[in-house]
Amino acid sequence: MADNMELRDIEVWDGNMAASQALRQVQVDVVAAYPITPSTPIVENYGNFSANGYVDGEFVMTESEHGAMSCCIGASAAGGRVATATSSQGFALMVETLYSASGMRLPIILNVVNRAIGAPLNVNGDHSDMYMGRDSGWIQLDAYCPQDAYDLNFIAFKVAEDHDVRLPAMVHQDGFMTSHTAQGVHTMTDEQGFSFVGEFQPMNDMLDLDHPVTHGVQTEEDWHFEHKARQQHALMTAVLPKIQTAFDDFEKLTGRKYNLVETYNMEDAEVAVVCLGTSVETAVEVMNEMRAAGLKAGVVGIRVFRPWPLEQLAEVLKNVKAVAALDRSSPHGTVGALYNEIAGTLFNTETKAVLTNYIYGLGGRDLTKAHLKTIYGDLKANADAGKPTTPLQQYIGLRGPKLSFF
Amino acid sequence: MSEIKKIKNLKEFSTSADRFEGANLLCPGCAHSIIVREVLNATNDDLILAASTGCLEVCTAVYPYTSWDASWIHIGFENGSSAVAGAEAMYKALKNKGRLKQPDRKPKFVAFGGDGATYDIGFQWISGCFERGHDMMYVCLDNEVYANTGGQRSSSTPIGSSTTTAPAGRTSYGEKKNKKDMLAIMAAHGAPYVAQVSPSKWKDMVAKIQKGFAAEGPVFINAISPCTTEWKFAPEDTIAMTDLATDSLVFPLYEIINGTELNITYRPKNIVPVRDYLGAQGRFKHLFTKQYEYLIDEWQVRVDNEWARLQRREEARV
Ligand SMILES: Cc1ncc(C[n+]2csc(CCOP(=O)(O)OP(=O)(O)O)c2C)c(N)n1
Ligand code: SF4
Ligand SMILES: [Mg+2]
Repeated sequence: MADNMELRDIEVWDGNMAASQALRQVQVDVVAAYPITPSTPIVENYGNFSANGYVDGEFVMTESEHGAMSCCIGASAAGGRVATATSSQGFALMVETLYSASGMRLPIILNVVNRAIGAPLNVNGDHSDMYMGRDSGWIQLDAYCPQDAYDLNFIAFKVAEDHDVRLPAMVHQDGFMTSHTAQGVHTMTDEQGFSFVGEFQPMNDMLDLDHPVTHGVQTEEDWHFEHKARQQHALMTAVLPKIQTAFDDFEKLTGRKYNLVETYNMEDAEVAVVCLGTSVETAVEVMNEMRAAGLKAGVVGIRVFRPWPLEQLAEVLKNVKAVAALDRSSPHGTVGALYNEIAGTLFNTETKAVLTNYIYGLGGRDLTKAHLKTIYGDLKANADAGKPTTPLQQYIGLRGPKLSFF
Repeated sequence: MSEIKKIKNLKEFSTSADRFEGANLLCPGCAHSIIVREVLNATNDDLILAASTGCLEVCTAVYPYTSWDASWIHIGFENGSSAVAGAEAMYKALKNKGRLKQPDRKPKFVAFGGDGATYDIGFQWISGCFERGHDMMYVCLDNEVYANTGGQRSSSTPIGSSTTTAPAGRTSYGEKKNKKDMLAIMAAHGAPYVAQVSPSKWKDMVAKIQKGFAAEGPVFINAISPCTTEWKFAPEDTIAMTDLATDSLVFPLYEIINGTELNITYRPKNIVPVRDYLGAQGRFKHLFTKQYEYLIDEWQVRVDNEWARLQRREEARV
């Protein structure tokens, strides 16, 4: 039996420690992992728990991230609770196996500490890795701060392991800004944390020796489509209601409330910034200042990136006159991913909103309050004109001549 | 430790409970299926199996069918080893936590991979698994070619073999590099047991598989697997082809215990000339021309030298 750890009601943890503590409290059976900045401390902390008797599952340090996820897949198919962590280049190396994990319907939890992808090599936070995962069939939850990183891990296990879902889930947090910034984190006791998620309930487990199973079959044009369609069906119909239920249960237990789409002063907002991660907090601060200056400003934070909360977001944005989609990843040849998603969300609705796209913060560059003030200024001009007065895609915080597109 | 299965004779062996069904899509005469059956039938213990992408995988688990009557997993081309290692880690975790459904049964963990999956693309994963010491057996189905994708070279392809990516032609005799010495590499990991086996020398093979199952830690088995399609011989000659390989010493049968103790386990009474082995297969047909004939003599010298080296190592016990 693993030892309990006495936690204070509020611990000073960074996002990495928050995620590691959640993995410890749900008593993961197998963690197979490989270190990479900035997610390394998750793995190190877990190794420390393992070395000191706070976890009694297996801790497998593999030779690569691809090997880590491959071991996770084998372990999950064998029938138990499985988790790992990675970032950036490691995430990219895992990509092949991410599709395997979701296609095989294995509820693995992957903590992704978001980081840019080279070249040029860069260790700081942006959302390139997160976006790279978006077609991989995983659930993607987004933490804005260490508290979220802790809480959303419990949500992720609860939803992913549900037998109506059986899909893997990523919990994202911003590299350094969240992962290495210590804040007060409200904790659960080990008992509370574990029982929120509960004992792992195996299904089609290879280790049930009386019921052999075949995992990872071949399908061609005869059956491949049906398999992928069933996976998509589960993502589109089962997952969001399950996440909502988990959020509700979690609020009952802890008082902390999460929403599929996080909104800040959106009830009467005329202009809105939509963003992810740590930028949400900055945007909210600026939004409050803009409100004080008389602008009916709001902020929308994406909490669930996959499956995309299309209906919920359309509802939230229905009366807005101008929307800015903030993307922290280079779209390399098109509009940003959030811009695309929001455009897809608003098309075929009554909306008259003007939608513009801002690319920011690549490779860890700061998003400042001044940047956001400029964006709100653009939004006001667009809302007043009822049409775009600025280019569709602009960079913010970029050195040198102004680059903009469309 | 579980009991070692007693196998009296070939008849009993070939008719013992079969966890790999004859209903599969492998070519008639494919040695992969013979090897797999011999491995599985060497034990009565429960089995958790993995396969890497390749002929074995695409021919035995085509939805909605499966040829496997034991738990089996496939992820990709390079990671069959890690799939089984992950399952083995989960077994340990659940055993430790008292959550195994059949706590008194200890399954064996076995991964199968082709030479492409083993010598080439999957090498890093296998090396990782062996270094970490998972209690598993890795069996390479060595047909010296990427058969599943139509016969491209691998680092197991021997000199002079014609493959689709190193074809013989007017100015080339085909493969230029000699086969990688995978057994030495795996032994160098300090694995408790590594061995080369041939499905036609079934007693030798079963003894080695059983030794491998009895060993604690990662075990590597390299099995010669003549491929009727890519080696170009008649499907009914598969066993004859394995005999030619072992009796010409092109594929010597030996084992290495704990990385150092090398034992030759089969010494042919009549050593067959390498020429006979090469001549039986279409992939070497072009060597029997004036232009490339010198390669046959080089082959013979290479095989003789290697046999001498193995004997020296056996004698030296290092
Ligand atoms: C990452 C990746 N690269 C390439 C392939 C294509 N591929 C599938 S099987 C195979 C060759 C298999 O050769 P081998 O491992 O020797 O097995 P065999 O079919 O000969 O038994 C190749 C190249 C793949 N499936 N995945
Ligand atoms: S191509 Fe070769 S290895 Fe593949 S199934 Fe046929 S005989 Fe077996
Ligand atoms: Mg092959």
